Amino acid sequence: MKFKLIIEIAFALMIARLKQTIVAATGVVFSITMFVALLGFMNGLNQLLDGLILNRTPHVRFYNEVKPNPNQPIDQAKDFKDFYNIIRSVKPAASRTSIYNSEALIKTLESDKRVLGISPKISVQVFFNVGNTDVSGIIDGIDVVEENRLFAFNDYVIAGNFMDLKNTSNSIILGKGAADRMMASIGDVIQATTSQGNRVQLKVVGYYQSGLGDLDNVQSYASINTAQKMLGESASYVTDMQVKLKDFNQAPVLAKEFREIFDIDADDIQTVNAQFETGTQIRTLISYMVGVTLLIVSGFGIYNILNMMIYEKMDTIAILKAIGFSGRDVNNIFITIAITIGIVGGSIGLIFGFLAGLGIEKIPFETEALPTVKTFPVDFNPKYYIIGGVFSLVTTYFAGFFPARKASGVDPVDIIRGK
Amino acid sequence: MKEKVVIEAKGVNKYFYSPVKTQVLNDVTFQVKRGEFVSVMGKSGCGKSTLLYILSTMDTDYEGQLFLDNELVTGKHQNFLSQIRNKKIGFVFQFHYLLNEFSVLENVMIPGLKLNQRSREELEHIAMEKLKIFDMQDHAMKKANQLSGGQKQRVSIARSLMNDPLIIMGDEPTGNLDKKNSDIVFNIFKELAQEFHQTMLIVTHDQEFASGTDRIINMEDGRILKSEM
Ligand SMILES: Nc1ncnc2c1ncn2[C@@H]1O[C@H](COP(=O)(O)OP(=O)(O)OP(=O)(O)O)[C@@H](O)[C@H]1O
Ligand SMILES: [Mg+2]
Repeated sequence: MKFKLIIEIAFALMIARLKQTIVAATGVVFSITMFVALLGFMNGLNQLLDGLILNRTPHVRFYNEVKPNPNQPIDQAKDFKDFYNIIRSVKPAASRTSIYNSEALIKTLESDKRVLGISPKISVQVFFNVGNTDVSGIIDGIDVVEENRLFAFNDYVIAGNFMDLKNTSNSIILGKGAADRMMASIGDVIQATTSQGNRVQLKVVGYYQSGLGDLDNVQSYASINTAQKMLGESASYVTDMQVKLKDFNQAPVLAKEFREIFDIDADDIQTVNAQFETGTQIRTLISYMVGVTLLIVSGFGIYNILNMMIYEKMDTIAILKAIGFSGRDVNNIFITIAITIGIVGGSIGLIFGFLAGLGIEKIPFETEALPTVKTFPVDFNPKYYIIGGVFSLVTTYFAGFFPARKASGVDPVDIIRGK
Repeated sequence: MKEKVVIEAKGVNKYFYSPVKTQVLNDVTFQVKRGEFVSVMGKSGCGKSTLLYILSTMDTDYEGQLFLDNELVTGKHQNFLSQIRNKKIGFVFQFHYLLNEFSVLENVMIPGLKLNQRSREELEHIAMEKLKIFDMQDHAMKKANQLSGGQKQRVSIARSLMNDPLIIMGDEPTGNLDKKNSDIVFNIFKELAQEFHQTMLIVTHDQEFASGTDRIINMEDGRILKSEM
C-alpha cells in the first residue's frame, strides 16, 4: 500500500517530465536492442562457423598411427640398461594402419552409455586418372547411413542423392573442386588408382561441398565396402572409428579410457579443435563488450536526466519531506523512476532486439563456400535476452542510485528558506 | 483537557556557523497547550522561522530539548521524525507549496496516503470534507498550478489538516497574500480554533492577525520576551 504511493509519485514525476523520461528510456531501448541483436547475430555466425568444422568432426576418433616402436631393442638389452640411449632416425616397421580388433572396439563402444553413435571410416589415398595426368585425392569409405545421421552428410551433398552411394556399387561422390578439375559430371565413370596400384572404375553419383575449398579439392566419398574392395581388404578392415557422444564434453575422458584399454590412438575434439574454441570465445567477448558499453552509455543518460529532474523538483522533494516522507521514501521514489525506465526500455529493447534478429535472419547471405546457408544466421538463445534484461535493470539501478541518494539527502529547510 | 501540553521547547539554542558563528536562538523555552491558538511575532531576522523549523522537527541541529505530545523528540532518528511530521504536525508555508504534478484532491490526500491507515476511498472522502471547510470542493479535480495564490494557500491548509494533527504550524501563511485573501485565510484559522479547537502556532507580521489569537509570543534577537508568558 505504501509502496503504491511511492510508485504513484514516481509516475507523476515521470509524466511531468515525459520528454526526458522517454529520451532516457529510448537510450535503454537502443542499447538493449543492439545488445540482443548483436549477440544473436554474432553467435549465429559463431555457431555456423564452428558447425562447419565441429559438426563434421567426430567427438572422438580412434586410429592407428604409423610410428616407430618406442620400445627399441637396445633399451631391452641388459648391458645398456643403465645408459641413456639415443638412436637417430628410427623408421617404423611396416605396421598396419587398420584398427586391430575393430569388432571388439565397436561392441564396447556400442554398449557404452555415453556414446551416441559410431561411424567407421577408411581413408584411401588415390590418384584420379584424367587423361594423361593424375589428380591426387582422398576417398573416404563411409557407412553412409551412420555418417549422415551423425555428421549430416546429406547437407553437404549438393547434387545427386547421397543414398546412391550405398545403393549403387562402385559409386563415388566427388568433392566439388575435384569434380570441376576432372570435369566429371554425375553419371560419368572415372578411374582411380590406389597407392598400392589397384585400379578401379567408379561411377559419379553426386558432388560434395563442405565449404572449405582445400578440402573439396581432394576429398571424395565412397561406401565403406567400395573402399575395402579398392584396397583389397576384408570387411573388418577399418582405419578410423569416428564416435559421436551424447555430451561432447565427455570426449577427453572417453578418449583416455579407450586409449588405455585398446592400446589405440584416440583424439578428442577439444584437443584437435582448440583454436575454434578460442575464436568463438573472443568473438563472444567482443560482442558482450560492445553491448555492455552501450548499456553503460545509456546508464549515463539516465543518470543525467535523473539528476536534472531532481534539480528541478527540489521543491517537490522539500514538500514531501515536510509532510512526512522520509529520506528513504524519497530515495525509493527516484530508484523507482530509474528502474521503471529500465524495465520499460529494457522490455521494448528485448522485443526490438528479437525483431531485429528476425530481420537479420531474412537478409540473404549466399556464398559458394556455404551451400546450406541461404540467409544470415541468428541465434535466438534465451540466454542473451535474460542477460540483456538483467543488465538493463542493473545499469538503470546504478544510474539511479547516486541521484536518488542525493535526493534523499535534500534538506527541506534549505529549500524552504531559499524561497 | 485544555491543560495538556502539545509542544514544549526547553532551553533551545541555535547557532549558524557561516559566515561566522552567530547565535540565532537563545534559550528559547515555552509551551503550547492543547486547543491554544498562538501567534509568534518579532522583527525580521529575529529567528522566528528558525524556531519553527526546529519545532517542526525538520531542523535537528540545535541545543536543548523538544517535546511533542510529552515525548522527547530531540535526537530521534530521521525516519521516526518523518513519521511524527506525517502524523502529528501540519505545516503551512508562506509560499503555497503544493505538488504541481497532482490534483488538488490528491495533494490534500497525500499525507493520508503516506500515513496509510485508511482505505483510499475513505481518504478521498476525508480530503473532500477538508476542502469543503475552505469552500474549495469545486476545485478538487484541478491541477495544483491552476489555482490562484489564495486558493493554493487554502488547499495547503486543508492538506495540513488531513491527518488531524496535534498542532498546525504556519510560517507567515498570509505573508504572500493580498488583504482580501489574507482575511479569508485568517478567518479560516479562527474558524479552526473556535469550531475545531485546533492547536495552532502561527508566525506572523500582521498585528491585526496576532491580536485575534489566544496568545502572542514576542521574540527579539533570538529570545522570547517574558512579558507575554
Ligand atoms: N542558513 C543560514 N546560515 C546563516 N545564517 C542564517 C541562515 N538562515 C538564517 N540565518 C540567520 O538567522 C537569523 C534568523 O533567521 P530567520 O529566518 O529565523 O528570521 P525570521 O525571524 O524568520 O525573519 P523574517 O521575519 O524575515 O522571516 C537571521 O539573522 C538570518 O540571517
Ligand atoms: Mg521567516
